[in-house]
Amino acid sequence: MAPTQKNRLTSGGRIDRSKPLSFKFNNRKLQGYQGDTIASALLANDISTVNRSFKYHRRRGIMSAGVEETNALLTVSDGKGDVPVVRTTVRALVDDHQIKSPSGFPSVNFDLGRVLDFTHRLWTAGFYNKVFKWPNWHWYEGMVRRMAGLGNLPGGEDGNRYFHHNLHCDLLIVGAGPAGLAAALSSVTSGARVLLVEQDHELGGSLLANRALINAVDSDLWISRTRSALEEAVNVTVMTSSTVSGYYDHNVLTIIDRSTVGVKRFWKVRAKEVLLATGAIEQPLVFENNDRPGIMLAHAAMEYVNRYAVKPADVMVVVTNNDSAYQVAFTLYDNGVRVPAIVDARKNIANEIVQQANQRGIPIMSNSVILNTFGTSVLSSVRVGTLSDDGKSTVNPTDEIACQGLAISGGFNPSSDLYSQAGGNLQYAAELACFVPMQCRQRVTVAGAAQGKFSLAEALTEGACAGSEAANKAGFTCAPIDVTTSTTSSYNLKAVRITPAGDSSRKWVDFMADVTVADIELAVRENFVSVQHLKRYTTTGMSADQGKTSNLNALTLLAELTQKPIGEVGTTTFRPQFMPVPMGAIAGQRHGDFYTPARLLPAHDWHVRHGAVFENYGAWKRPEYYATNGRDRETAIREEVLALRRSAGLFDGSPLGKIELTGPDAGEFLNRIYVNNVLTLKPGRIRYGLMLSENGIIIDDGVFARLADDHYLVSTTSANADRIIAWLEEWHQCEWPDLEVIISTVTSQWGVTTIAGPNARVLLQGIESDIDFSAQALPHMSVATGTLLGVPARVQRVSYTGEMSFEINVPAIQSQRVIEALMNLGGNRIAPIGVEASLLLRTEKGYLHVGADTDGMTNALDVGFAGIVAKKQSDFVGRRSLLRADDQRKDRRQFVGVEPLNDNENLQSGAHFVTPQDEGRRSQGIVTSACFSPTLKRIIGLGLLERGFERKGETVTVFDDGRTFDVRITEPVFYDPSGEKMNA
Amino acid sequence: MLRLSCPWCGTRDELEFSFGGESHLTRPTLAASDAIWSDYLFNKENPKGIHFERWMHSYGCGRWFNVARDTVTHEIYAVYKMGLPKPDLD
Repeated sequence: MAPTQKNRLTSGGRIDRSKPLSFKFNNRKLQGYQGDTIASALLANDISTVNRSFKYHRRRGIMSAGVEETNALLTVSDGKGDVPVVRTTVRALVDDHQIKSPSGFPSVNFDLGRVLDFTHRLWTAGFYNKVFKWPNWHWYEGMVRRMAGLGNLPGGEDGNRYFHHNLHCDLLIVGAGPAGLAAALSSVTSGARVLLVEQDHELGGSLLANRALINAVDSDLWISRTRSALEEAVNVTVMTSSTVSGYYDHNVLTIIDRSTVGVKRFWKVRAKEVLLATGAIEQPLVFENNDRPGIMLAHAAMEYVNRYAVKPADVMVVVTNNDSAYQVAFTLYDNGVRVPAIVDARKNIANEIVQQANQRGIPIMSNSVILNTFGTSVLSSVRVGTLSDDGKSTVNPTDEIACQGLAISGGFNPSSDLYSQAGGNLQYAAELACFVPMQCRQRVTVAGAAQGKFSLAEALTEGACAGSEAANKAGFTCAPIDVTTSTTSSYNLKAVRITPAGDSSRKWVDFMADVTVADIELAVRENFVSVQHLKRYTTTGMSADQGKTSNLNALTLLAELTQKPIGEVGTTTFRPQFMPVPMGAIAGQRHGDFYTPARLLPAHDWHVRHGAVFENYGAWKRPEYYATNGRDRETAIREEVLALRRSAGLFDGSPLGKIELTGPDAGEFLNRIYVNNVLTLKPGRIRYGLMLSENGIIIDDGVFARLADDHYLVSTTSANADRIIAWLEEWHQCEWPDLEVIISTVTSQWGVTTIAGPNARVLLQGIESDIDFSAQALPHMSVATGTLLGVPARVQRVSYTGEMSFEINVPAIQSQRVIEALMNLGGNRIAPIGVEASLLLRTEKGYLHVGADTDGMTNALDVGFAGIVAKKQSDFVGRRSLLRADDQRKDRRQFVGVEPLNDNENLQSGAHFVTPQDEGRRSQGIVTSACFSPTLKRIIGLGLLERGFERKGETVTVFDDGRTFDVRITEPVFYDPSGEKMNA
Repeated sequence: MLRLSCPWCGTRDELEFSFGGESHLTRPTLAASDAIWSDYLFNKENPKGIHFERWMHSYGCGRWFNVARDTVTHEIYAVYKMGLPKPDLD
């Protein structure tokens, strides 16, 4: 035995004494064994205080041996950074683990935060809203934030790898305890695809903590035979170290699989049938100072002895309200723990059990409860009292009984989290004083302790039956196997968990959230009597354990205080996840480069070679600007604008949304979608149009070209391409299926290169093409098809810059070749233009940028489309909404241009137009775009302003970031108002 | 996580579909009153029980279809093509 492991038993347990592991706890070097959990190793080393409580900073020790742990949630590092809130009761110890108590300043054993405990009457339920009112919350915030919390988030990259997987099965069995194993064995012969999932690294469940004879052999042997049988069956998959964390609709469950070191797999399983054999969780008893280190759940104490060969203390009192804790007391005694007393709330105890206690010389104090516990750092004694005849008070307090440990058993509560997540209802079983599954809409059955069958014999036989029945329901045939045990167990619970005496502000109900009986009493006094309100007001059951050991006692108290039957108080609904799941597991591989797959322009490489600085525009990586000759961003954008205005620019517009509509009704269909009249458009011509939502709001703008009588090409804004194709499909399929039109998206089929500027035509006329680029043949807002450099091309005369502009569409794969040819031809007469310069050019021209210059309230009339609407006879999507009085209000926010009176004022988008000082500076709209125009050498902007149309020329005050200054309202066009250059 | 049966492609996971809200809406004409128009725009059925709704197989065939789903149990009572009337579920 290693010298430090004071509490380690010399023999027994499932640990491997030939494989010692060293680890550090709060920088103290300690030793454990392969097979230990972190918690069992700490207990073996006689570590009693492992943490400080959340609110009062009281000392807390290990309280359980399972997922229900409320105290030993520590910060653990295995060389890949600190991980907070690790349930050390289920985390296997590995060599070189560094374990730290997250709480306690300066240390967990001497914590100045304890002052909160001495002043505990101030920090009752709802204290945030009661105590921190004066002078104000922020005065306290910093301090509270420092003291609160369960640990610190790790910094840096997560060293783990995460994967998502999918799985289908006929039968999913959750839990490989006695019931789950019996169920799995029963279903093997059916041929059904069975998946058995166990959160522990070993199969066996409660049998690991308390061996028994099953089918006349030791349970260890039965488990290993069962495991072999299951692993040999081709139709059965066994997953260990894997927790079913969520139960969703249509029998989809998620599993967090920790079976591979450094890898976490998140499984999504769809099961025909689900069998929950999730067991039950022992409930604590509530008495004064029931939270001292040394107090633990009785069956946890037994598990530490039997599974980990650790005695939790040298002297332990056992306190119970049922038979099951006697086995615990006997196990402790038989392994050298002195048991000075078994305190039992019941009057009548079965003779058999009393005899066994007598044989060992353990005195039983019946009809008794714990009144209080004592001790400075660790438990040193308890005081016991007798229940009065009516059970509402206690009499005859005893002297203090010395002990270092106290094993408490309030009976069991089925682990119903998954059942509840599945939509199942629970009912209160009075004879068991717990909630059991009742009915569920999903294809799920429950067996064993999870169904309130707490004896081993019942778990085995009912598990076997449930397993075969579930397989049968999934469409397979099998019969339950024979599985029996000679081990008898009795329960006989008396529903007393709360000592009717003592200071209620020192009686803990929820250890993790530090909620006491007094908090629940206060909540009820303040009329938070609904279980939902109680939970939120007191935070009972809201911590990381989801109330696995606190909900039942809180509900019992609430029922008592409101004088209702517990069944009527109801329960709160459990939510996924059953156990905390790392965010990384939920993200899987969808992070970094895989978060959104990047879309690259067809000529991406060309842009890279020419100094493009890329930015994400939606999923597209596009040149924001070109850092030619090392120029900075601002210089680049300014020079690109000027180059285009003076000579020519080349802009890669490939992400532009492109949708083709063909068929005899293509025109009619578009006419019902666009605000504009589509039917009057002649083949070869292009029109600019708006699309509205049915509520009249602008959702997209762009041009549409009529390539032939029954063939249209619609351009959408790059960001909306996917949305608009879905929008068109929905209208066609759901509203007008009778229209003969085929809608196809061709966005990525065509690469778009726009050549704009006074020299655009001259340049194009020098390139090999059968298209006539002259003003007569191809005027503004017309389209020509032909070939260019020997490949099919569509050339649209549309302009987003206000210059003469040719939008050249070629098959995407040819895009780079066309760009290279045009740039070679143009030499120093043409410059590549990035997205930022393009946006600036359109601001100068005053073109709408939907989503920037419009918002979720901007309708077609607000951007000056009243005339177009009036001229159109027929209905279109959103038209009826434009007829509403509110849509026609004269004081709506309307699209205008804006320029500061004083050139030095830095007009920015987001600034508000405000009413004069004497009218209270009410906002009248916002500046939606603003920039310094390189062409005009002054600041210009666009905006939405109340009554904007009738206020052109007016001076309006703008408010921005605390400053106000005056601007002039103009027409929303600053460059070439007559369109002379564009139409050239 | 629902499982829906696309009338064209067969049974698939909910992940492949997009929800489109209530189905069987009748779009009023331009002559409709403000009250009727706003009812069409904003007042959608929100039953506890069977809901007739439309879904699209967005990561599949791209077709819209109708689904009768129980909003409490998520049981799918019927899947039928666009344009067909509400099925009789009694």
